[in-house]
Amino acid sequence: MPSVLPLGDPAPADGILPAQAAVGADSRPFGLYAHIPFCAVRCGYCDFNTYTARELGGGASQDEYAATAVAEVRLAARVLADSGLPARPMSTVFFGGGTPTLLPARDLTTILRAAVEAWGLQEGAEVTTEANPDSVTRDSLQELADGGFTRVSFGMQSAVPHVLRVLDRTHRPERVPQAVAWAREAGLAVSVDLIYGTPGESMDDWETSVRTALSYEPDHISAYALIVEEGTKLAAQIRRGQVPAIDDDDHAAKYTLADGLFAAAGLHWYEVSNWARTPQDACRHNLAYWQGADWWGIGPGAHSHAGGVRWWNVKHPTAYAGRLQHGQSPAAGRETLDAPTREMERIMLQTRLAEGIRISSLGPAGRREVPLLIAQELIQPAAAFRDLLVLTLKGRLLADAVVRRLLPD
Amino acid sequence: MSPMARTATVPAATDPAVIRNFCIIAHIDHGKSTLADRMLQLTGVVEQRAMKAQYLDRMDIERERGITIKSQAVRLPWELDGVSYALNMIDTPGHVDFTYEVSRSLAACEGAILLVDAAQGIEAQTLANLYLAMENNLTIIPVLNKIDLPAAQPEKYAAELANLIGGEPEDVLMVSGKTGVGVEALLDKIVRDLPAPVGDPTAPARAMIFDSVYDSYRGVVTYVRVVDGQLSPRERIQMMSTRATHELLEIGVSSPEPVPTKGLGVGEVGYLITGVKDVRQSKVGDTVTTLHKPATKSLGGYQDPKPMVFSGLYPLDGTDYPVLRDALEKFTLNDAALVYEPETSAALGFGFRVGFLGLLHLEITRERLEREYNLDLISTAPNVEYEVTLEDKKVLKVTNPSEYPVGKIAEVREPMVSATILAPTEFVGAIMELCQQRRGVMNGMDYLSEDRVEIRYRLPLAEIVFDFFDILKSRTRGYGSLDWKADGDQVSDLVKVDILLQGEQVDAFSAITHRDKAYAYGVMMTGKLRELIPRQQFEVPIQAAIGARIIARESIRAIRKDVLAKCYGGDITRKRKLLEKQKEGKKRMKMVGRVEVPQEAFIAALSSDESSKDKSKK
Repeated sequence: MPSVLPLGDPAPADGILPAQAAVGADSRPFGLYAHIPFCAVRCGYCDFNTYTARELGGGASQDEYAATAVAEVRLAARVLADSGLPARPMSTVFFGGGTPTLLPARDLTTILRAAVEAWGLQEGAEVTTEANPDSVTRDSLQELADGGFTRVSFGMQSAVPHVLRVLDRTHRPERVPQAVAWAREAGLAVSVDLIYGTPGESMDDWETSVRTALSYEPDHISAYALIVEEGTKLAAQIRRGQVPAIDDDDHAAKYTLADGLFAAAGLHWYEVSNWARTPQDACRHNLAYWQGADWWGIGPGAHSHAGGVRWWNVKHPTAYAGRLQHGQSPAAGRETLDAPTREMERIMLQTRLAEGIRISSLGPAGRREVPLLIAQELIQPAAAFRDLLVLTLKGRLLADAVVRRLLPD
Repeated sequence: MSPMARTATVPAATDPAVIRNFCIIAHIDHGKSTLADRMLQLTGVVEQRAMKAQYLDRMDIERERGITIKSQAVRLPWELDGVSYALNMIDTPGHVDFTYEVSRSLAACEGAILLVDAAQGIEAQTLANLYLAMENNLTIIPVLNKIDLPAAQPEKYAAELANLIGGEPEDVLMVSGKTGVGVEALLDKIVRDLPAPVGDPTAPARAMIFDSVYDSYRGVVTYVRVVDGQLSPRERIQMMSTRATHELLEIGVSSPEPVPTKGLGVGEVGYLITGVKDVRQSKVGDTVTTLHKPATKSLGGYQDPKPMVFSGLYPLDGTDYPVLRDALEKFTLNDAALVYEPETSAALGFGFRVGFLGLLHLEITRERLEREYNLDLISTAPNVEYEVTLEDKKVLKVTNPSEYPVGKIAEVREPMVSATILAPTEFVGAIMELCQQRRGVMNGMDYLSEDRVEIRYRLPLAEIVFDFFDILKSRTRGYGSLDWKADGDQVSDLVKVDILLQGEQVDAFSAITHRDKAYAYGVMMTGKLRELIPRQQFEVPIQAAIGARIIARESIRAIRKDVLAKCYGGDITRKRKLLEKQKEGKKRMKMVGRVEVPQEAFIAALSSDESSKDKSKK
């Protein structure tokens, strides 16, 4: 979650949602995102809303955070009910950060339990937490599994020490296989995150990272091109010439390499930056974002969505905790999307998915592009004959350009 | 202290002995409009509360740029030693592009205030206008303005002015238009030093048109200076150059709002309204007489305005073409120097080839079109008019590279200018180098003072219309100033260089250059485009060619990645807003074949090389 909040309309103190949020809610799945805004060290590339230990106080410190988050869970349940949305059991839960595992496992399960008490949890629901390989133990992972978590996503990023150093990642690469093994022992599904295109990373370095990640036989891999966000330490280092700039061609070559190695190891793409062993191993929580589901995001700066209403919380943890202490909604701003904007988002998000988007659902301008996209090898012809627009490998690398061509004029 | 006049003189019944006609010669930014404002206040013609800064510069664009495009005339009452005088202040344009208008304004005056910034000294264009004033035998009152500025060096520049026009440094008046210091003394001096106009009140009427302005309510408002005889309302008047006659619907003086009068007599300055709708029917420099008692000899000095610089103007959005057409039509009502004809560009669509007096005239016109008609325009690189003689002796005038004939050319002539550059002596080397690069031939050099020099060159006009002035400014750290006038033509070895994108010629980038510079142009333009055109989903070769011969090539590699890696719950709003922005951006793309070229690339590619290099460094 990038740290800069969008501009939107002000949100009311009681958090009550516009009427549009409730329309059709019965047919939409509901999920929970919990943002844990703490990290042991702030990484040089990261512009997420996260803080190092003991930077914060007043209900926002690490020790008090679980209680504050539970307060928002209870407020959320009340706001949804008061806004006319039916109580729906959660189909997915995702704890992200930050580094959720910097909190004791007990805090995470406490927050989860409060959410289950508020909404219930569907049978077979997916409950994920992100984790730093250095901040888990055999016991803590077991405790998470016992407390209801089903899946863990490790921030591995790279297997190469000099690349990890540029990223300011402090974990030792050899910790990862250990952490993966403990997670498996506890019965958790395992995903690992990789980052490619870090300044100074060679093609060989990247291949080493991919092969190492695959050697842990994860159920799921996310691989992200490094994005240099304004205002990060890395952006400043690049500006000063201390670190080489990002090269899109290098990114494209590394993506292509990784996709080939993943596929050979039996992991298939289901979204531009995500690969899974089987369709059941795909991250259902993230799919929910792309498929227009409803979710509540708790935590400072967290975003939420219900029926084309998007809102986001105040960014700073102290301000966030203060709002909740006063019984107020922590929402900072929101937007109520009109039909054309919702359609734009639908095209923008679904085009990224391997399941594709119905060609017949596009406007005339978008449909006109289809033959040209086939000719340019950006979408798969066989799928197109079945009314589905599915990106090719080349198309995935140019997904934003494809999306721009599919939008109505 | 001189009070403002207690009894104002009456137009049409004013003794020429109490009339003073003057103008202000000044460089842009030297404070002419502010001084004029102060005079309006002191003479009481504009009440304090109605005072807008730079009252006389009516157009917003003039006020923003601090320059005067169209002159106006204001009648100011002033009393000295118990006598009421009528001072006619004729506001003149300050830029070299409008030299002809300036010369006509000067011809309407007996005297001129030479206004110079006390912190900057005199500039080349001011000097040029000063020469014109002296040629017209005007009495000059030297004035240093902005003496309130900490950086002012009044002694130094007073000495420079005295040295230039004769007289003593002590004779130079010190004023501040901003604070008003010295302005009353200046008004007194105008009365004392400037000669009264002389004319024959009984002769057939002769009045010179020194400005002509289109007003959407009143039609053309013509500003005149009466030399002989008298003009009266409801009379039929005749334009001596065309013999066209019009009924005089209204006659009056500006004060500064128009005030109808019973007429205008010898030496008086005022306006005429005849109901004509096009300034071309009321041409600056023409002589007005009356139909019932016509003069036989015009006042002389009339010239048809001649465009020197041509540029294609294209709407970014092709559907704006009719708006641009209507706008140009309206503009020509008010600007006799503007000429245009429709033209089509394969790259830019439908537009117009427009002729201007110079580069500033082009910029101002373009800016006004964009602002007043809400248009987004691309202007192609300015061109001069070439005279191409074919082997079969046929002669063509070429103002657009795409009209340049293919093969069989016997001779090409290009227009020349004589240029005067003023700068501190330390920049002589840099200026000479620049002028040599631009195929200039030096005509001479004089020292104005110990540390200021005047350098004269004969140069091809084509070499100065594009970016010469900007580069001169940057190489002289802002101190160099330029004046130029047309100086015939000469035979040159010129060729047309074409630019091809993916094999398709982009006419907007074609250029006529000297053969020795063709390669450099090709390399510069292909290199520039490689930087400016974003990578496409396929490789795009860029070539420069003379005819079929490729002289330079570059290529834009295909883009391989255009996708945001992460798009999770908290990214969606931001990502969508980015997409909306990109979608807007796409509307500003021009298609050349299959290549998407951003408007910015056209604008940047067509802008000055050195200045765009400066920008990219930042």
